[in-house]
Amino acid sequence: MPRATSDAKLLIQSLGKAYAATPTNLKIIDLYVGFAVATALIQVAYMGLVGSFPFNSFLSGVLSCIGTAVLAVCLRIQVNKDNKEFKDLPPERAFADFVLCNLVLHLVIMNFLG
Amino acid sequence: MAEPEVSPAAAGGGGRLRNAFGGVLCAFTLLLIGVVAFSIRLFSVIKYESVIHEFDPYFNFRVTQFLSKNGIYEFWNWFDDRTWYPLGRVIGGTVYPGLTLTAGTMWWLLNSLNIPLSVETVCVFTAPIFSANASWATYLLTKEAKGTGAGLMAAAILAMVPSYISRSVAGSYDNEAVAIFALIFTFYLYVKTLNTGSLFYATLNALSYFYMVCSWGGYTFIINLIPMHVLLCIVTGRYSSRLYIAYAPLVVLGTLLAALVPVVGFNAVMTSEHFASFLVFIILHVVALVYYIKGLLTPRLFKVAMTLVISVGLAVCFAVVAILVALVASSPTKGWSGRSLSLLDPTYASKYIPIIASVSEHQPPTWPSYFMDINVLAFLIPAGIISCFLPLSDASSFMVLYLVTAVYFSGVMVRLMLVLAPAACILSGIALSEVFSVLTRSIKLQLSKLFDDSPTSSGDSSPESSTNSTKNENRNEKHEIAPKEKTSKKNRKKEKEVAESVPVKPKKENRLLVLPFELSVMGILLLIVLGGFYVVHCVWAAAEAYSAPSIVLTSRSRDGLHVFDDFREAYAWLSHNTDVDDKVASWWDYGYQTTAMANRTVIVDNNTWNNTHIATVGTAMSSPEKAAWEIFNSLDVKYVLVVFGGLVGYPSDDINKFLWMVRIGGGVFPHIKEPDYLRDGQYRVDAQATPTMLNCLMYKLCYYRFVETDGKGFDRVRGYEIGKKHFKLTHFEEVFTTHHWMVRIYKLKPQKNRVRGKLKKLKASAKTSPTLAAGRKNPWQ
Repeated sequence: MPRATSDAKLLIQSLGKAYAATPTNLKIIDLYVGFAVATALIQVAYMGLVGSFPFNSFLSGVLSCIGTAVLAVCLRIQVNKDNKEFKDLPPERAFADFVLCNLVLHLVIMNFLG
Repeated sequence: MAEPEVSPAAAGGGGRLRNAFGGVLCAFTLLLIGVVAFSIRLFSVIKYESVIHEFDPYFNFRVTQFLSKNGIYEFWNWFDDRTWYPLGRVIGGTVYPGLTLTAGTMWWLLNSLNIPLSVETVCVFTAPIFSANASWATYLLTKEAKGTGAGLMAAAILAMVPSYISRSVAGSYDNEAVAIFALIFTFYLYVKTLNTGSLFYATLNALSYFYMVCSWGGYTFIINLIPMHVLLCIVTGRYSSRLYIAYAPLVVLGTLLAALVPVVGFNAVMTSEHFASFLVFIILHVVALVYYIKGLLTPRLFKVAMTLVISVGLAVCFAVVAILVALVASSPTKGWSGRSLSLLDPTYASKYIPIIASVSEHQPPTWPSYFMDINVLAFLIPAGIISCFLPLSDASSFMVLYLVTAVYFSGVMVRLMLVLAPAACILSGIALSEVFSVLTRSIKLQLSKLFDDSPTSSGDSSPESSTNSTKNENRNEKHEIAPKEKTSKKNRKKEKEVAESVPVKPKKENRLLVLPFELSVMGILLLIVLGGFYVVHCVWAAAEAYSAPSIVLTSRSRDGLHVFDDFREAYAWLSHNTDVDDKVASWWDYGYQTTAMANRTVIVDNNTWNNTHIATVGTAMSSPEKAAWEIFNSLDVKYVLVVFGGLVGYPSDDINKFLWMVRIGGGVFPHIKEPDYLRDGQYRVDAQATPTMLNCLMYKLCYYRFVETDGKGFDRVRGYEIGKKHFKLTHFEEVFTTHHWMVRIYKLKPQKNRVRGKLKKLKASAKTSPTLAAGRKNPWQ
């Protein structure tokens, strides 16, 4: 058992070390993703308490958060310098795509909100 | 296929010029493919006339007319009171609006450009236009997987595949006409996103998926196939961040967009058809997290982390699956719609839902229909699968998966052969293009050996040259070898120079692939003959088999061509001789046509959304006259329409469909029993038919006065004399029978006034026959 805990401690330490090395802009995106996911969770919890009556409102709220998080993760993948697959994709282009996709997503959500 | 004249263009000098030539040539070929796809579907207009075909297209046409007249907002709120009397139908909320909106937009655009086409013309030509689009989409999709050559080949094959023609001839204005284009285009954008990893294409992909959801219920195929492919990629260890970008935004955006379509609505998150995508969405996130952590940690530590993450991830997964299963199990049909269930379990429909099983296009196909519909492609598909595996990429594995699932679904329902057709075309295109490139390359090598004496230079240059020119070869592979040989001769010198500049890689496997010269020439010739057969078959299928509009029938006999225009005759009679608000009862097959062509209210139509209502009509048709009259009268029906083919030998008439009426009616009203209508398990209407059969309304309406035509009552569809020849109708009167007796219309007699005392006797003596017949008690009530 102590071996496992020490392993876990080591793991968390090295994870923290590795994460500390990530560039700031990626950290900001991570924060954004975390915020979106947390908002989604709050909404789900609220739905559990109050009920899902205007179901389209609930759906659009939760999917808006999840969609934002997913798109931000996509942006993070694309602007990550370590990612070899997207070397020739300029970050400006990635951000433009991100904005476009978000625009479509939120237009749809506004339409669906009811 | 008129492009060979440009093929020597590849001999132009310089790589860039050649690429430009290739681009122009490719665009030109695509244009021609589009023209072929459009024009091969015009046989129906040339041989018959520019009309809407069959049943469902009439409904779509009527909706489009409404849309073009009243605008989009009225369309969304349209409550149609002319069908499903007295229930009505909310058309705006129950129809897949894609096709209607597409044709309506095209009509509006043309009219705003001062091109005054009628709505009907636009509707008739929508399907051919979209099949041209579909072949271009096929080009794009195949190009993503296997390059330009295979793309052109697949597009050319798809332009004339009979299976697709059967659904998209001019006039066949049905959802599938635009849906196949949307299907292929969505797949293209998915593969494109997968190859590039661009969010832009992911957005387009979601929008294209939205168009598909708008157009056809078959969108569930996409939303299940793509998760399957993602899962396949994950399981085979091909996960990449491109996969994440291709899939995750599609699920979120696609679900939201699908929920916008009124007919889908909350089904997009509530029914089991969509759950697979959510499940894979979760799995993908777990996998993405694992890969991310793997990138952060050293391999040794990763092993430690692996156990942790996987156990947590699995626990979350199991929790979600358990919730989903609980949700699904709580609903009575396990969350699946009947049509989807009958896809998963082919025997489901025939067991539980006769209304689905009764439609002929929901039956499983026969073997000949495979040969009829995809012809030689069936033999090329295996080769295509092999060449997809040679370098297995994400895109080519998607093709194989698409093919395998489509083969299964086409085996369940003959209508889904349509989904198989693009897959078959793509894989055959890949196969043909690979074979042609191998054969032409070996010819070229042989030729260069023949003409070139120095073995070393040819040995070095030719493998290189072959790889350089495969692209160009692929473009023209379908055509003759002669220009090929010329080009190869001319290209030889130039390619030597290329070989000098480019560092030569030893490609031994290429040299091993070389076939003997005669063999490759023979192979090419045989393949061209095969392609020729295919083209001939397709043209024959388009001209003869699939162009009949089915509202106008023709038959060829010794004394020339006969045209049977009885349907339109009957509907025109209805619209001219009956009151606007009269209700017409018929079997549901003719509901759409009656509302569209005769503009009369019908009881049931092809939408089949209310099984009880259809069962009521089925019960009425299989009841004796008096009971049927009561049912129809309670539904406020004025006229009853039956389709009868016994005089001219038209096999898909109401007598042949009658058993389904009995089954569907009996499913809801148990006093109708199928065995009562069968003699020893055999369905017959001759002298040995059961009395129940001979006294039911359908029999009487079909064969009333039939004996007067030839004196014997010989039914030319069934091939025997009918059982009961001389009888009178008590509660119905014949008001119209068309020229060839194919449609017969009866009017319900009004209820007799109640009369008392002397008057009754007077009336009885004055009007002998009807009262006598009415007075005789019908023993089968």
